[in-house]
Amino acid sequence: MSWGTIIENALRAGVSREAAVFAIAAMGLNIQFGFTGLLNFGQVGFMAIGAYGVGIGITYYGWHPVTALVIGILACVVLALLLGLPALRLRADYLAIVTIASSEIIRTVMRSVSLRDFSGGSNGINGFSRGFYYFNPFDPQIKYGFGPFRFFGEQLWVILTGWFIVLVVTLITVALMRAPWGRVVRSIREDEDAARALGKNAYGYKVQSLIIGGVMGGLAGMVLAIGTQTVQPDSYSPPITFFLYTALILGGLGRVWTPIVGSVIFWMLLSFTDNFLREAVDNRFLGINHVMDGVQVGQVRFMLVGMGLAGLMIFRPQGLFGNKQEMALEV
Amino acid sequence: MGRGETTGTLRIRAVVLPVIVVACALAVLAPHASAQDAGEDASTRATSVSATLTYDVGEGTDAVETPAVGVTFTVTGVGDEEIGTGETDADGLFLLEVPGSGDYTVAIDPETLPDGVELVDPDSLSRTVEVSPQETQRVLFALQEEGAVSTRDESSRFDQFLQLFVEGVKFGLVLAMMAVGLSLIFGTTGLTNFSHGEIVVVGTVLVWYLNDWGIWLPLATFIGMIFMFGFGAGFDAGLWKPLRKRGTSLIAMLVISIGVSLLIRYLILYVFRGRPQAFHDYAVQVPYEFGPITIVPKDIWAIGLSIVVLTAVGLVLTRTRIGKAIRAVADNPDLARSSGIDVNRVILVVWGAGASLATLGGVLFATNELVDWQFGFKLLLLMFAGVTLGGLGTAFGAFVGSLIVGIIIQVSTLWVSPELKNVSALGLLILILVVRPQGIFGQRERIG
Repeated sequence: MSWGTIIENALRAGVSREAAVFAIAAMGLNIQFGFTGLLNFGQVGFMAIGAYGVGIGITYYGWHPVTALVIGILACVVLALLLGLPALRLRADYLAIVTIASSEIIRTVMRSVSLRDFSGGSNGINGFSRGFYYFNPFDPQIKYGFGPFRFFGEQLWVILTGWFIVLVVTLITVALMRAPWGRVVRSIREDEDAARALGKNAYGYKVQSLIIGGVMGGLAGMVLAIGTQTVQPDSYSPPITFFLYTALILGGLGRVWTPIVGSVIFWMLLSFTDNFLREAVDNRFLGINHVMDGVQVGQVRFMLVGMGLAGLMIFRPQGLFGNKQEMALEV
Repeated sequence: MGRGETTGTLRIRAVVLPVIVVACALAVLAPHASAQDAGEDASTRATSVSATLTYDVGEGTDAVETPAVGVTFTVTGVGDEEIGTGETDADGLFLLEVPGSGDYTVAIDPETLPDGVELVDPDSLSRTVEVSPQETQRVLFALQEEGAVSTRDESSRFDQFLQLFVEGVKFGLVLAMMAVGLSLIFGTTGLTNFSHGEIVVVGTVLVWYLNDWGIWLPLATFIGMIFMFGFGAGFDAGLWKPLRKRGTSLIAMLVISIGVSLLIRYLILYVFRGRPQAFHDYAVQVPYEFGPITIVPKDIWAIGLSIVVLTAVGLVLTRTRIGKAIRAVADNPDLARSSGIDVNRVILVVWGAGASLATLGGVLFATNELVDWQFGFKLLLLMFAGVTLGGLGTAFGAFVGSLIVGIIIQVSTLWVSPELKNVSALGLLILILVVRPQGIFGQRERIG
């Protein structure tokens, strides 16, 4: 068992581009679920729209990357309106069903053969990040960094961009939550009728919250698409949304910075369990190789995520660093 | 929280019990299957391309699938560099390992096809595919007997509609059986149970193992249903009842049900493995023809059985004491409790019966499709569409809504490609919520 590698990998996973992507998308969910009390179970749909917006925009229409970015954001706004306008008038779990269904619609349509020329079918779209890497100031041949955090130039460029967007999104969230807007959405979460009685248009605020959180989801999808240089429809399947919820609730609800901590810890744990179990299987450590093989390691990982999500919700719904007074869960 | 917390915590641990029981039951039965899979896994780890060549001899329903043996393929990499050639074996299978991931061109040599067999599209002799690491990329070449005419075009559009309609009725009835439990659990407890799809799969996989063990499928289904009644009831008693006692909010319970569904789904994959499996009984049947409609006997049985079971459910709900109690709890739990109904016992029965019916539905569904670890989630969304259309919380609504969803899914393939058929149902789900959110039979105040 090479514990050094396992721990180094886990630390690296904590700052990886995946952790940054999760942090951005989970910040969006935090605005919707943590602050406003909306159950968006289709965040991965917003991520897919953002990713495909950039991918299709650049490869199919030949747009400038900035144009593609703006169009991708607008597409997320449209999706949020499409889902929010009907479903936000209803009880919370209807939004959950509608959003999860929409994320499956998006995935199925994008991977369909009939749209192959447009969205690449089940192979997706590849190689549209040249514009992004053109601005890469780092040498792709050299590893930068210190200790366990060493990355090649291109990786470092993606990671820095990702965490820069995390920073931007955090600042936006701080501004929103300090403004009257933040107080109104929190009051809607606590008692919608009271907010309405005070003359606030609760429905309108909920739609806005869904849009803002959805756009953050779209940004996360764009970072993932550009960083990996590919958009694969099946990477945007519903379990991703559940993982985002796990990361969000792990960090805690109702504070601005907790989704970041949640995502970092989530990816560190995911990497740790994966590497640990794989090493344990290979080295016949503690007889684990009798219980599972290499293929099953990935599955055990997902079981742990499911157990973690349910267990957190039962035993520690405020997460690690959440604010117990700010629980969005009493409905 | 507070007073109920300690007992709640203790009882929640009891949820592990039914899960472990199922896991053990599956594990005891599993070795046979996993031994088979070991070979499969090893072969799929090589990066390779493959093609399976078969053609139909005979026409219509008498057609026999025949492998095309000894057909030569040539695989070239980027820049026309030849990777290798190979022939199809006795099963019509051609498999060639490639040096790594990337784009490859697979070309067929039409001269080597068996006599009297031609390519359906004789102009396209090669396919370029992208191969991912450690995966076998399949390449498709369709063959037919020389001079064969595709039989699909002969039937008129109306005949196709009739055929799809019957298939839709069958699917809708099966979906209804699964959805009754989902809808009644929602009606009695208010829980939107995202783990219901996994209950369907647990039951179906259990029946598959019993069947694999040599137990006749109908008997295996019956045993599975009884076992799953206990599983559903244990699920409620071990997890959901303590949570209700603690006063956990409905949204928290919804998130918990998602966590539980992930856990169960990957537990099933862990035990059952990723390869879809067919039941051993009734796998292949000779269809009957009624005018334009062809239907296999097992589908006739499925339709008949579903109608009988669903009628029985309806009668139980309207005529018996427990049925009336269920409807009373669904209508107003507090009023039901104060009139002397044991609400928790009613909910326990609903969970048990719901899981039992889900198992039957899952088995009937899988007689046509295959038993697969992940079909529960796809079905769950369609069940949601059905119960929302009919009106969440009512058994009759779940029945009618699911029937409509089943028919729409099948008939929509007249206009949209089959891979998009579920999209039409999910699109319908969103449309219903715009137009009539309480569904056909729902009551206005339920959606508040």
